[in-house]
This record gives sequence, C-alpha cells and structure tokens, in this order.
Amino acid sequence: MSDLTSAGAAVGGAPVGGDGPTTEATTGGDGKERSASLWADARRQLVRDPVFVIAALYILVVGSMAAFPKLWTSQDPRACSTDRSRIGPSWEHPFGFDLLGCDYYAHAIYGARPSMVIAVMATSAIVIVGGLLGLLAGYYGGWVDTIISRVMDIFFSLPFLLGAIVFLTVIKRQNIWTITMVLFLLAWPTIARIIRGSVISSKDLDYVHAAKAVGARNSRLMFRHVLPNAIAPMLVYATIVLGSFVAAEATLTFLGVGLQPPAQSWGIMISAHQVYFLEDPWLLLFPCGLLIGTVLSFILMGDALRDALDPKFR
Amino acid sequence: MGRYVIRRLLQFIPTVLGTMFLLHYITSLAIQFSGNPVRAMFGDRTPSPAQLQALTERLGYGDPCLSRKGDPCLWRVAADGNGWLGTSLEPGLFFDRLGNIFFRFDFGINLRQREVTDLVADAIPFTLKLLVIAIIFEAVVGIAAGVLAGLRGGSFLDYMVKISTVFIISVPIFVLGVVVREFVGVKFGNVLRGQDWVPDLISAGIFTPGFKADYPFASLIIPGMVLGAVSLATTARLTRTSIMENIRADYVRTAKAKGLTNKRVIGVHTLRNSLIPVITFLGVDIGAAMAGAVVTETIFNVPGIGRLVTFSARSGESSVVVGVVTMLVLVVLIANLLVDLLYAVLDPRIRYE
Repeated sequence: MSDLTSAGAAVGGAPVGGDGPTTEATTGGDGKERSASLWADARRQLVRDPVFVIAALYILVVGSMAAFPKLWTSQDPRACSTDRSRIGPSWEHPFGFDLLGCDYYAHAIYGARPSMVIAVMATSAIVIVGGLLGLLAGYYGGWVDTIISRVMDIFFSLPFLLGAIVFLTVIKRQNIWTITMVLFLLAWPTIARIIRGSVISSKDLDYVHAAKAVGARNSRLMFRHVLPNAIAPMLVYATIVLGSFVAAEATLTFLGVGLQPPAQSWGIMISAHQVYFLEDPWLLLFPCGLLIGTVLSFILMGDALRDALDPKFR
Repeated sequence: MGRYVIRRLLQFIPTVLGTMFLLHYITSLAIQFSGNPVRAMFGDRTPSPAQLQALTERLGYGDPCLSRKGDPCLWRVAADGNGWLGTSLEPGLFFDRLGNIFFRFDFGINLRQREVTDLVADAIPFTLKLLVIAIIFEAVVGIAAGVLAGLRGGSFLDYMVKISTVFIISVPIFVLGVVVREFVGVKFGNVLRGQDWVPDLISAGIFTPGFKADYPFASLIIPGMVLGAVSLATTARLTRTSIMENIRADYVRTAKAKGLTNKRVIGVHTLRNSLIPVITFLGVDIGAAMAGAVVTETIFNVPGIGRLVTFSARSGESSVVVGVVTMLVLVVLIANLLVDLLYAVLDPRIRYE
C-alpha cells in the first residue's frame, strides 16, 4: 500500500519527468550538496572532463565548417588550374593544391558538409524510426514484438557494407540522399533493439503501474513515463553512430559507390590522391587527419556521455 | 542438445528467406526508381533497342514488376489466367530468383555471359587465404593482449589495449590500409629491396604494396593483418573483460586455495571459460571480415571476391554485385548458424535454456 502511495507521488511529480527512478541513485547520498537531476549531474561531470570538452570543440569546428564554409575560407574549391597541380602548402594556401590544381584547404572545408549532413540526417532518421519501432515492440510485446524483432533479425544478418554496395550500385544515383537512405535502412535495427531493451526493463516499474492505475492512456505512459528511461542509452549510441556514419560515407566514397568526383568530400580527397602519398604526403595527411579526428571525437564524446549518464560510475 | 539444434535450424529458414527478400526488395526498389541498370553497363555507347532488350531479358531485369514503383515483385498475374489456389496469381520474380539460387545454384551472369559462380570460384582461393591470415592474426594477438591486460588491470599494457582499441575503432579501415600500403609496402619495402642480404621472399614477397602472383601466400600477410586489425581491438577488449570477470569467480579461488600452480589456474581454469565469448565473436567476425575484405582487397589489389565486388560496382555491372553479395550473405548466415551451434556445445547453459 505504501508502495503505491510513494509511486503515486512520483507520478504527481511527473513534470520532473521520467528521471524519477534514476535520480534516486544520485539523491541517495544525503551528505553531499549535489542532489540535482541526472542531467544536471551529467552536465557538471561532462564540463569537467577534458576529453569531452576537446572532442566537443573539435566537433563544433567541423560542424561550423559544414554549416558555414564561407567562414573558414574565401577560396572557391572549384577554381582550378592544372599548372598549379600538387604545389605544396604555403602561407596563402595552407593545404597546398591538389592534383587538378584546386585549393586543397577550400576543398577540405567544403568536404566537411556532405559527411556531416549525411551523418546527421541518417542518425535523426534511425533515432526517430528505430526509436519508435523499439518503443512499440518493447511496450506492447506479444505479436507486435515478434514481428518487429524478426524484421530486425533479418536486417541484422545483412552485413552493412555489402548491403550498401548493392543498393548504391543498382540505384546508380549516388548522392547525399541515396547514401543517407541506405545508411538509415541498414542501421535502424540496432537503435530499435537498444530502446526495446530499456523499455522492457522499465515498463513494469511501480510508477508506471501507478500511472496506469490513475488512468493514463497508453501514449502518455509510453512517451511520458517509459521513454525517458531510454533516452540516455539512445543519446550515447546516437553520438557514436554519428562517427561511424562519417566513416561509412568516406568508405563508400573511397570504394567508388559513394559521392562522385565533382562533389567535395574527404573520401574523394583520399581516394584521388592515394598514389601520391610518398611524393606529397600532405595530400593524404590533411583529409585523413580531419576524418579520423571527427570519428574519434564522436566516439570519445559517446564514451564520456555513457560514463556521465550511468549512475553506476558515480 | 537435440531440441536446441532443431529449434535453431527451424529459425534459420525464415531468416534466410527474409534476408533474401530484403536483398531482393532493395535491388528491385533501386531498379524501379532509377530505371534499367543494363543501360549503365554500356557506358557512353548507345546500345540498339534489340541489344538492350536481349541483355535485359538475359540478366533477369525484364520482369514488368520492375517498372512499378514499390512493387515487392512477389506475385505476378498468371499467363493462362489461373494461378495458385484458385487465384489468378502465380509466384513472381522473387520466387524465380529463390529457385535459381537454391535449386539451380545460379547466381546470374556478367556482361560477357560468364556465370557469377565461375567468377567467384576463380576469386575465392585468395579471399580464403586472406581470411585465414586475418582470423589467425586477430585471435593470437588479440587474445594474448587481452589476457595480459586482464590479468593486470590498470597496468601499462591495460592502458595500451584501451587506447589502441579506441584508436583502431576510429580509423576507418581504408585509411589504415592506404597508410600501411604506402609506408610499409612501398617505403619500407623499397629500403629492403635495396639491400642485397634480404631474401626475395621478404623484400618482394611480404613487404609488397600489392598482391603478387609469384608469392601467393607471402604477399597476403600484410593485407590479412590490416583486415584483422579492425576486430583485433574488439577481441582484446572482450578477452580482457571476460578474464577480469572470471578471475574473481569462486572456482578460481578454490583452485588457488587447493594450491594449484599459477599456470594451471590461469591456463586451465580461467582461460578456458573466458574464451567462450571470444570464440563466438571470432566466428561472427568471419562474416564481418568478408565485408571488410571488399575494402582490403581493393586497396592491396588482391584478385579475390572483394575486389570483384568493387570493380563490378565501379563499372556498373549490377548483376555481378547482386549475385556475389547474395552468395556472401548466405555464407555469413551459415557461419552465424554454425557459431550458435558451437556455442551450445561449448556452454551447457545455452542448450538447457
């Protein structure tokens, strides 16, 4: 009985959200002054973490390159002249010139956009669709769960790179949209599985039963009480997946089934200049460095988020 | 055990059919939205309508459902008006393809009318060698590093494993491959080739920037190591975690208390149990490595299945890509099935579930 009333209090305090069950872990320590919510605690920990701050700053820089390339360079990456082919870095042209005599720095700046746009669009799509399907499967169980889980199994058994190559070869139109679509199509089950797991583990908690007893509708239960528990693992996974999508775009482009040469992309920069590595290593060094830095930053951010959002690590 | 095997085998059938359908639907959708892929095979040349028609039919792209957007091509209207079960429908393109694959072992043909199965048969020895090298490298180095890191948590080696894991995960395999090829194969190889005392097998065989037919095994060692490096980090981390878990288990403490030598406690009691998840991972990784071979073989110019896929993709020969990938997916599925069965043999907790 007392169980129910305390759970009812938790429901009454619904505005502070589904953080309800997780905050207990942090408010438990009575002597400490920090008794804020999970998110406030996590924020405080992240700001103090130098790895996270550096990674976030790097992503901010790359993000601004993608959003406002004009901010970083006044050169036009398409203004090329072959008599400047492969001239080394200089003060006015910090990355030198590429094979076709285009300004390499401008190419690198403009090359950030397709990678970031594809990664962000594909990640939002898998979060929305995968999250929704995972929520439905976990919440309703039964045949809904069976169908969604079987479909997820099928998508899992198709290796990512092979599926992407087939789709992009057959469709022949290899642009930002088709690459985003294939990344989304082949990657949504992972996030759905994560959400499904955390929904199943939290849908039988007392405060959910209490909310149901008070008469909350299914949609309210799902989005208000069950889903917030799944936000933390979803956020961690989404951060890491952003990095792997940037890498995947570059890999597909390198193999020749991704973006095609008139477009600017780090993958194109690497694949076009790979044979000049020994004479002019900077032609490969700059795009590789930018690419690895971006992927690494996303992964490190994800790791830091995981540590900050998991009360067990406190 | 018997019941587990049967249940797993029964689950295998819908998964195979589902995956085949997924692959089929992805290609069908792509064709429906972008038109006949045969046109792309001719490049700049304009084929005559008859030529185009003949090749389209021969490659299996002539089905009318491929011009209806979104049609899954499952059923078609029967020619004589009465199809299956009293309806006017009969099995469509998807079932034709399934029949070709499973009953006639026909995975399609390339532009020069060669069977995809022939192309794969020519290419598979190289890919197999590459995979064996990759898996051995990954297992030996990964498990050794993981065991050492797990036994001494917090040591220098433990940090090394941790940092290298993050680093290897964040370097895309094609960047790693290109850098290794240029630095180790070309630069370091050139130094070696300039010395008289280095045997040819090492200077021209192992440290070569690309595959050489004269050294069919030696020249695959470095590509194999690059391919294995991707999962090396995961193997090491997995071994490390599971050693750390098991070393605190009661039976290990009992073994120590009985006065057994450290070698026996670690080698027999801890390691055996810790390796179960690692072996499973290595099995699943065979599938991932097949996909990774596409990149590695392209970079090191190994004439295996992966390079076949990339080259056909670049020249727009979609029939070859679809055929080879279908075959690879089947191999991956069978590998996963075998791993699951192996897991049940190794770990009794699974089969009595």
